[in-house]
Amino acid sequence: MITLTINGKEVQTPKGSTILEACQQAGIPIPTLCYDPDLRLAGSCRMCLVEIKGRPLYAASCVAPAENGIVVETESPGIVAARKVILELLSARHNFNCQVCEKNGNCKLQDYCYQYGVKESRFNYGEPTNYPINDPNPFFERDYNKCIMCTRCVRACEDISIVRAISVENRGHHAKISTAFDGNLTDSPCVFCGQCVMVCPTGALTSKVSAGLGRSYEVDKVLTTCSYCGTGCTLELNVKDDRVVGVTSNRTDTGSPVNKGALCVKGRFGWDFINSPERLTTPLIKENGEFRKASWDEALDLVAKRLGEIKTEFGADSMAVFTSARVTNEENYIAQKFTRAVLGTNNVDHCARL
Amino acid sequence: MIEEKRIVLRNADLIDPEKIEDYLLAGGYQGLEKARSMSSPDLIAEIKKSNLRGRGGAAFNCGLKWSFAPADAPVSYVVCNFDEGEPGTYKDRIIVQKDPQSLLEGMAICGHAVNSKQGYIYCRGEYPYVVDLLNRAIDQARGKGVLGDFDIEVRMGGGAYVCGEETALIESIEGHRGEPRIKPPFPGVAGLWAQPTVVNNVETFTNLPSIVLNGAEWFAAIGAPNYPGTKVLTLTGDVTNRVSIEVPTTATLREVIYDFGGGIKEGKKFKAVQVGGTSGGFIPESLLDTPIDFDSMRGIGATLGTGAVFVMDETRDIVDITTRIAKFFEHESCGKCNPCREGTFRAYEIMKKINQGQASVQDIENLTILSQVMEKACLCGLGQAAPSPILTTLKHFYPEYQARLQLN
Repeated sequence: MITLTINGKEVQTPKGSTILEACQQAGIPIPTLCYDPDLRLAGSCRMCLVEIKGRPLYAASCVAPAENGIVVETESPGIVAARKVILELLSARHNFNCQVCEKNGNCKLQDYCYQYGVKESRFNYGEPTNYPINDPNPFFERDYNKCIMCTRCVRACEDISIVRAISVENRGHHAKISTAFDGNLTDSPCVFCGQCVMVCPTGALTSKVSAGLGRSYEVDKVLTTCSYCGTGCTLELNVKDDRVVGVTSNRTDTGSPVNKGALCVKGRFGWDFINSPERLTTPLIKENGEFRKASWDEALDLVAKRLGEIKTEFGADSMAVFTSARVTNEENYIAQKFTRAVLGTNNVDHCARL
Repeated sequence: MIEEKRIVLRNADLIDPEKIEDYLLAGGYQGLEKARSMSSPDLIAEIKKSNLRGRGGAAFNCGLKWSFAPADAPVSYVVCNFDEGEPGTYKDRIIVQKDPQSLLEGMAICGHAVNSKQGYIYCRGEYPYVVDLLNRAIDQARGKGVLGDFDIEVRMGGGAYVCGEETALIESIEGHRGEPRIKPPFPGVAGLWAQPTVVNNVETFTNLPSIVLNGAEWFAAIGAPNYPGTKVLTLTGDVTNRVSIEVPTTATLREVIYDFGGGIKEGKKFKAVQVGGTSGGFIPESLLDTPIDFDSMRGIGATLGTGAVFVMDETRDIVDITTRIAKFFEHESCGKCNPCREGTFRAYEIMKKINQGQASVQDIENLTILSQVMEKACLCGLGQAAPSPILTTLKHFYPEYQARLQLN
């Protein structure tokens, strides 16, 4: 353990911790934009700057090691002034249309501008940023007029999904998140998992599927397990007026032990079937070429009866069961048990073998 | 009058840089031979004792820097920073063009000290002809076997100023986008391909053969005690003689400009000098008697940096020059950290407004607070130094800014 002083208070932290981690352990809030505990550190947004006594430069606490005996100030006048300037610089390139922004109420830039009283930027010199918004993919909007270049999306694409569909192009103020040759995502290796949307701290990346259906403070978040496959990812259903209006990530180890928030395109964006009018809500039995609604008991009785008749007439091996990766291991086990023990055949297979 | 003292340029114009035989006849590779007769810790201690400080800009104690590299690392690298991107700086090019073997010898000495078998020279992209010269020099050294088991490869930059920053340089050698890394880890611990790496400037390396041969005490007694040795300076702008010189670090700016530069061209008056390249501070007449050593320069808010001496006569427009410099940084910012990416852009926009006579006092206040924050908050030296010309001209030449405001 090492001991350092933060805001006049002695704090103990394990060796190897960063100053940010020491602050978090001591309950001292530090604003961060580019920092994400699941991603490679960038140290680039400079919001987490702190002052270390005796050092001429401010240190980015997310990457600065906590050292024995250092004296750290996290909200000194110089630090607050620097954070304000950084927020104003970001504000000068950010299109503040919060009234229609999907991320209103769930935006780190908005939160910090509020916290530090940044009402307007002193640095609105030159032409405002004006990037066209025209990526035709069906899943998420890319509005780089709201991008603050924290590169969390790039790092999530690289570190979590290991896809590397996006990177930074151009330099300086003209640097921008881009696919290779700045093409559409559909022409890139992107798999639309939306990990970039998950980590974006502003409204630069938002779900098209959920657009206009409700913002974070309007929805109840209900944890459930994704039904698409047997992996068992945790989903956070966004429920408004008893309807699912979106899926977000629970990124905690306890809430989301299997996937820690990471999802695939189906889990994150493919939930519209839930409220689809075409969705089956009762079993159907076909009579004279037409389906009619039936109860579960009636349907199961019919299936059991017909399976029994087929087995008697043609033998057990005339039947086969084909199971699906969309159900869990346990359910697949039951299916093979049913096939072998009840139907009496070894004709059982699984779609994942194809 | 102060005289030139040549250590790194000891062979300049005396030998044929294309012939290793000339270099050997002039005593070349004797420093390396002596270094190899010493143990690595002894060699590092000797360099530390000489108090040779980095000649690339940051003036870090060279031997101390080497001592950070773990002695037992199976693989480590020696990298020469020959990116020399500061406008007005051409000292490294002169050194290499006049005596390339001296650089190779210096790198091999460092290789022995830190137990490295592989060196890289990262050469500025605008110097393709120097790359050819270096490659021929390396071939000759290999042919003579003087480098022993130490090998050197030349890599070329792509023209990005920020790649003169050692970690951006390493990223570039690795084939990545030229952006500075966060430190720690410092390159001495995890640098090129995550291995211990010593990065030094051309001038630092070329000092080494003489230091090893003549001993640490000899070197430490030359020039200023806290920044001993010599400094190669390149004079540009409105001086009569635009030359490169090597002087002891006790030389003052006035001596450099008037004794070596021959004073201001066409009998005009001196107005300002910018030392250390584009990111250096502007120095007025009243501070010209300051010695050029790193600490004295820092004392007046300037940086010795790369040793560029850019002189401006009385007719030069400080605000216009500062605007052009702001444009340079807006163009060269890599875009990684917020205060530099956005700050260099807005600073240039404000400077343009001032330069066009459309600015108010409020604009200058905004520029000042922005510059002060950038100095302390930016991730690397580029953003930290970019505001220096703005802040020093505001300090020493404020009337010129004021005159622009009155045009409103």
